[in-house]
Amino acid sequence: MVSALHRKLLRDLTRLRGQVLAIALVVASGIASYVAMQSAYESLRESSERYYGDNRMPHVFVHLERAPEAVRGRLEAIPGVATIETRLFETLLLPMPGLNEPAVGQLVSLPPGGVPALAALHVRAGRLPEPGRADEVVVLEAFAKAHGIGLGGKLPAVLNGVRRDLSVVGLALSPEFVYSGTASSPFSDERRNGVIWMDREAIAPAFRMEGAFDDAVFALQPGATERAVTDAIDRVLAPYGGLGAVGRDRQGSALMLETELTQLSSYASVVPAVFLAVAAFLVNVVLSRLVMLQRAQIATLRAVGYRAIAIGMHYVELVGTIVVLGALAGSALGAWMGSAMMSIYEPYFRLPRLDYLLSPAIVVKAVIVSVVAALAGALQAVRSVLALAPAEAMRPEAPARYQPSLLERIGLGRLFGDAGRMVLRELTRRPLRTALSVFGIAISVSIVIMARVKDDAIAVVRELELGEAHREDLLIAFRRPLPDAAEREIAHLPGVISTEPGRTVPVRARRGHVFRDVALVGHPAKPSLRRVLEWPLREVALADDGVVLTDALAEILGVRVGDAVELEVFQGDRRTITARVSGLSYEMIGMTAHATLPTVHRLLGEEGGITEVMAKTDPAHEKELDRRLAELPTVAAVVRPASLRESFDKQTGGVLIVTTIVLTLFGATIAVAIVYNNARIALSTRSRDLATLRVLGFTRAEISAVLLGEMAATVLLALPLGLLMGHGLMVLVAETSKMETFRFPAAVSAPTLGFAVAVTVVAALVSALIVRRRLDHLDLVGVLKARE
Amino acid sequence: MGSIRGPTVLAARGLSKVYRMGDFDVVALRDVDLDLAESELVVLFGPSGSGKSTLLNILGGLDVPTSGSVRYRDHDLGAANESQLTRYRREHVGFVFQFYNLIPSLTARENVALVTDLADDPMDPEEALALVGLRERLDHFPAQLSGGEQQRVAIARAVAKRPELLLCDEPTGALDFSTGRVVLSVIDRVNRELGTTTVLITHNAPIAAMADRVVRLADGRIKSDERNAARVRPEDVAW
Repeated sequence: MVSALHRKLLRDLTRLRGQVLAIALVVASGIASYVAMQSAYESLRESSERYYGDNRMPHVFVHLERAPEAVRGRLEAIPGVATIETRLFETLLLPMPGLNEPAVGQLVSLPPGGVPALAALHVRAGRLPEPGRADEVVVLEAFAKAHGIGLGGKLPAVLNGVRRDLSVVGLALSPEFVYSGTASSPFSDERRNGVIWMDREAIAPAFRMEGAFDDAVFALQPGATERAVTDAIDRVLAPYGGLGAVGRDRQGSALMLETELTQLSSYASVVPAVFLAVAAFLVNVVLSRLVMLQRAQIATLRAVGYRAIAIGMHYVELVGTIVVLGALAGSALGAWMGSAMMSIYEPYFRLPRLDYLLSPAIVVKAVIVSVVAALAGALQAVRSVLALAPAEAMRPEAPARYQPSLLERIGLGRLFGDAGRMVLRELTRRPLRTALSVFGIAISVSIVIMARVKDDAIAVVRELELGEAHREDLLIAFRRPLPDAAEREIAHLPGVISTEPGRTVPVRARRGHVFRDVALVGHPAKPSLRRVLEWPLREVALADDGVVLTDALAEILGVRVGDAVELEVFQGDRRTITARVSGLSYEMIGMTAHATLPTVHRLLGEEGGITEVMAKTDPAHEKELDRRLAELPTVAAVVRPASLRESFDKQTGGVLIVTTIVLTLFGATIAVAIVYNNARIALSTRSRDLATLRVLGFTRAEISAVLLGEMAATVLLALPLGLLMGHGLMVLVAETSKMETFRFPAAVSAPTLGFAVAVTVVAALVSALIVRRRLDHLDLVGVLKARE
Repeated sequence: MGSIRGPTVLAARGLSKVYRMGDFDVVALRDVDLDLAESELVVLFGPSGSGKSTLLNILGGLDVPTSGSVRYRDHDLGAANESQLTRYRREHVGFVFQFYNLIPSLTARENVALVTDLADDPMDPEEALALVGLRERLDHFPAQLSGGEQQRVAIARAVAKRPELLLCDEPTGALDFSTGRVVLSVIDRVNRELGTTTVLITHNAPIAAMADRVVRLADGRIKSDERNAARVRPEDVAW
């Protein structure tokens, strides 16, 4: 049996359907974004944790020059170390047919039997290499697929300068390469970044590593302190060219995965909070108006004996119904968006299984949070219901009081016509509501700006790190330091127009007890190809006696320009020098120190020596140049910034379009909901005024101007605020998703601002048109006959 | 003056109006003929539901008849479209309602200016407000005025554009007796001084005495159309 009050509830919901729908949509948008991002976060977290557990992902990683296998015992004896796996970890070129420059490959050795104690492979097809077979290789599945190589196929590889065709016996995944990228090519590109696994005994001779290792991974005992263990490892490996042990949080693949997870959870809290705040505001506005309109009904209900609390509950149920409907629809939409996000992630994160999990707790939490938000919005209106005495409620509400607005009091009233004055006084009569409306629309502007946050950030990366910072066509990295003459050799290769030398040295940058292991990059005094930049785009000059740090590194070390920083070289006699910080550069990925080549050589105590050459090349000789480079045994990698840009665009394109569309729709939803609701309420409050104006001879267009002028004024006030808030939100998102070795700038481009303004204006116009239609059907006689 | 009839301003012939109320047709006017002469003050008198307001709304261009014709001078209001009716109201008609219908966000002067801004040869808002005795309350908002004062502002607003037709629908309905009498005096004064053809709806019989002519309606029809021998001054009317 449906009670009379519940029937009233249903009828009210039906009658208010436009406004109900608007609120429900805002709630649904917030909940959908929460459910999608939170479930994607949990799914990705769960899948990767399970994978890490099942395949024994190491806790600590260290790379070194060369240590005899006997050192292994000393590492094993470090307190806190549970398991250790020593191995060979080499960079090599994979001259794939169909690629201009060779792909960069990572060769990881497998112990006899093929099953390492740590970082076990997940073999998807085929088998592990047989012991002693130097021609058998297991290939990262994504790389093999990208090149159409199957089991039994041949993989061309340059092993220490000698080209060989290896037999593919297995396709595999590895917890260490969930996201594959290399130091020189941090953007996942399955065609250009290969990983291969081979039998250690069989390949050791090719790298002169018999009875030795140059890489080790560790599992820690429960309760062990990672920092204590890495310090101990560094001490043991110092004489062997240890490059500094790092935890999972700084391992390439795990770091990229963690970056994505951090961003997801940052978005999952910021975005929904904004929507729910807007929903609470809309509930407040709509319910206050409804209670005002229904004063007589409330009085009647009280008069016939309903308790105030029962009537209050009636309105709570009204709001609850709207919000729960919105939350459920939002959860369904969110589940769909979440699983769509999984399929977007799938190519980037190579997990054996990437299952989409939607835990009921997420939905329950979403519904509870949205109900709480709505109740917060409803509180004031419901309290006014409870406070209403029956007799008082029977009388119409006292007429609204107006006064000249501030602008008129300071003598600017003349600038406004009658319509303008009406708009102005209406806006200033309820300053709080006007402020909240302006704020709400500003939020929608800022969400649309945020929808494009990554587009803008990515444009910066593209311009800065893939563009202006790398004007070279080609970066040729050597396997080990070569005499300066190596640059001239490269310069004489066919198609090379100009060259520039570079020297990269792994160092530990330290200030007090804080340190980070970074690359120290030596440049010519006035580099013209590989340059050091800051953002907004400007070249940072390299001082003769100082180092330039990326601002992320400077922040972590707590140093400013002019401060001293200690640099310990992971090479040769491991000397430590103190250098002055002469400038800061901006880099989104990684942490680097920059200095002039003489400074780097002085630090190393060497006369010269280079590890890479940047070159401008003639495209006409590209093929020949590539062939010649592949033949040079000293070349470890060849990187083309243009190819990086290409893979970067490919990788970022799909994800961006989806997030942009979804967030833009959400932002527009808020704009429509607020403008529409405000206009509907203004229409209901002021239909009498508007009908009066019609009777006095005002045309439809003229009274529309009065009503819509209010909306237009609100939107106009909101736009600049929204642009500011959008920038603030970008800074917030950039800050919350910042990680040590990854950050993006809170850059807002002019097209983004224009886009946000356009979306909001269009949303407002659509709402205006809907209300304008109602205005055209205003019942003049009916409205005027009614008592206020 | 009451006995002299000027040229006809408004002529209605065979007016009928049927409203559809849910599943029922409600007949509000049945075959009504009415002429209004220049400068006349006509009282429409009758019980609730007799069709007074419907007739007034049609004469004022707020509503259109279901059948029949209304002519204002040489304009056919029956055949006018929405924008032509809007122009008719804008140029020729002033309305006064029971509940004043002032714009609460505008002061007395600004409420009057709403109309004078639209008109070709209006009075000054101050002049119109002086006519209704509110010279001192120009810058007050409706919420700061008594009911009688608000109604006088409404009258000032209606007459400020010097309309040919002043239509008043129960202008004293929401007011007490003495305030009502002041409002009626103002209407009477406007009619005499400006010569505005005035139609006044009331269901208070004594008020009819202040008119040139009294038209009685019942059940949607004109029951009688009589001319008063002399107009009683509103100050002398009692109800």
